[in-house]
Amino acid sequence: MTTRIERRFADLKAEGRAGLVVFVTAGDPDYASALDLVKALPGAGADVIELGMPFTDPMADGPAIQASSLRALKSGQTMKKTLAFVTEFRASDQKTPIVLMGYYNPIYSYGVEAFLKDALAAGVDGLIIVDLPPEEDTELCLPALEAGLNFIRLATPTTDDQRLPKVLTNTSGFVYYVSIMGITGTKSASDADIAKAVQRLKRHTDLPVAVGFGIKSAEQARAVAQEADAAVVGSAVVSRIADSLDANGKPKAGLKEHVLELVRDLAGGVRAAAKQRSAVA
Amino acid sequence: MVDCAPFARPVTSKPVNKPNTFRAGPDEHGRFGVFGGRFVAETLMPLILAVEQAYNEAKDDPKFAEQMDYYRKHYIGRPSPLYLAERLTQELGGAKIYLKREELNHTGSHKVNNCIGQILLAKRMGKTRIIAETGAGQHGVATATVAALFNLPCTVYMGEVDIARQQPNVFRMRLLGAEVVPVKSGTRTLKDAMNEALRDWVANVEDTFYIIGTVAGPHPYPAMVRDFQSVIGEEAKQQHHEAEGRLPDALVACIGGGSNAMGLFHPFLDDTSVEIYGVEAAGDGVETGRHAASITGGRPGVLHGNRTYLLQDADGQISDAHSISAGLDYPGIGPEHSWLHEIGRAQYVSATDQEALDAFQLLARVEGIIPALEPAHALAYLKKLAPKLGKNKTVILNLSGRGDKDIFAVAERLGTKL
Repeated sequence: MTTRIERRFADLKAEGRAGLVVFVTAGDPDYASALDLVKALPGAGADVIELGMPFTDPMADGPAIQASSLRALKSGQTMKKTLAFVTEFRASDQKTPIVLMGYYNPIYSYGVEAFLKDALAAGVDGLIIVDLPPEEDTELCLPALEAGLNFIRLATPTTDDQRLPKVLTNTSGFVYYVSIMGITGTKSASDADIAKAVQRLKRHTDLPVAVGFGIKSAEQARAVAQEADAAVVGSAVVSRIADSLDANGKPKAGLKEHVLELVRDLAGGVRAAAKQRSAVA
Repeated sequence: MVDCAPFARPVTSKPVNKPNTFRAGPDEHGRFGVFGGRFVAETLMPLILAVEQAYNEAKDDPKFAEQMDYYRKHYIGRPSPLYLAERLTQELGGAKIYLKREELNHTGSHKVNNCIGQILLAKRMGKTRIIAETGAGQHGVATATVAALFNLPCTVYMGEVDIARQQPNVFRMRLLGAEVVPVKSGTRTLKDAMNEALRDWVANVEDTFYIIGTVAGPHPYPAMVRDFQSVIGEEAKQQHHEAEGRLPDALVACIGGGSNAMGLFHPFLDDTSVEIYGVEAAGDGVETGRHAASITGGRPGVLHGNRTYLLQDADGQISDAHSISAGLDYPGIGPEHSWLHEIGRAQYVSATDQEALDAFQLLARVEGIIPALEPAHALAYLKKLAPKLGKNKTVILNLSGRGDKDIFAVAERLGTKL
């Protein structure tokens, strides 16, 4: 059985270009605005949607995504609503993969079995759970794979060659390379470091490699797309949401367009890399 | 139920853990029953494994034990006395009360026992920078102290709310050369300080050692901090034996994350005649929802690297903890406590802000000891327990810290302007 994620990366490979993964938190700044935005992301050039499941204590995230998570919670977002959000998105888009990203406790609280069943039914394709390393695979990773979801693992600069096979063993869909040591939306890695890291991962796996953390501009996205199979952008996107709120935290009229403008720009960067790639080939 | 355990035991030539010990945990996955584990981001995982390996090596190294003994004796001032509180015993009219005087340690609390151990480990691992989280500031002060002693730069994360109510300790940390970083995220208390310390660690794994202040966090921290704090219970056991010629009948300690309690309890876990009471902070009362009693008022979840009892809402979002005591103001508890609760080896009870304030004043008046607000919670429960136990019994209370840091907050609550 192939998943939407696997099909999407196969298509991208056939097109000869890298993909753009766009992160948005479900329910940020509110359910309706977020759904309206996410529905428009594929049209603006997002190839994969990484949908944040908000959590009060996002330990590996920087200020931008922390704030995004808290905005969503404040607007009343729950796990049930996040799954309903995916269901509503799926009603109008059968192709764009959705990866749920977050922390384990809200899933554990929901119940792993019930969560996997409801996530599949909603049309979720994969999971990225920050605080579940391979050492805790029996918690969610193995049941998720069994259920037919992709389990996307993070590899980091601290994941050395000795540890990498362990991290890759139960990873599917793609590998998410965290290009810096640190939290989301802070530092950026150099192009040379990213190139070296992607090459190292490619020696260990045939899975597509997506690179994220610290990508803010079309130019950075282009540079990453030159080396990797996808560029992941999160903090820069949710910062655009933060920019588009009034003093009461309510969305201003131009919110969606303000975010989509960035996404189109990033997609342009990713696609520019594709041209250079084929030019080299 | 038919007990078939003796027949199910595997026949092996290797030594096996005694099936009836409560002291064998954690297992190789860092679990105490279902609690504990290593729920951390991949960036930290290699480092967590390195800490575990370094700690295992240190435990087997007689030189490490020698260093620990040296600093315990000459720097911390151990052993701390086990003091028969005669007037308090008389006042409460029941069991004979012994106070384990951890508040007499250098830095004024039990926290330094752990900090000395962890900084020696950090030195062994070649780390050159120390970070810590703190609630009441006791762990922050203890960490800043050992960092000064070992000449390592130190950054302490502390919630803005806690900074406001624990000014003396903030000043102490700065005097000791530490950088105190106010944490503005979330509820701006201990849990957010821990989030922020973890974020710092993720960004600085290569040179930084995170000195966690309690028996929580990813494996090996809960076991390691427990081991460093167990000196409390080991001394108390021997001192009580010298005084009474037998084991005590009960132990009482306050619990935020639960390090002072685990330090006292652990050496007694297999002495099943000893009743064990952990006292959580009930804030305004557990029934009001404004409290910090994770076991009494929470349920199992995963936060800060471990599975344990947590204060959380129906959707698995972490709830705010409330307590007059900044050191107990944490929505979780060490995983080994969760396990001891589930298997019934220890009883977890609670005391409110008001009960703790009353006990705080009582100890000052009858024994001339101003306790910290944290152990004042344990004292509050002792007021109920001592008469119940009766006169021919003995109880050890862990007086985990002194109250100098709390006099401003208490004065405010009592309506006195300083």
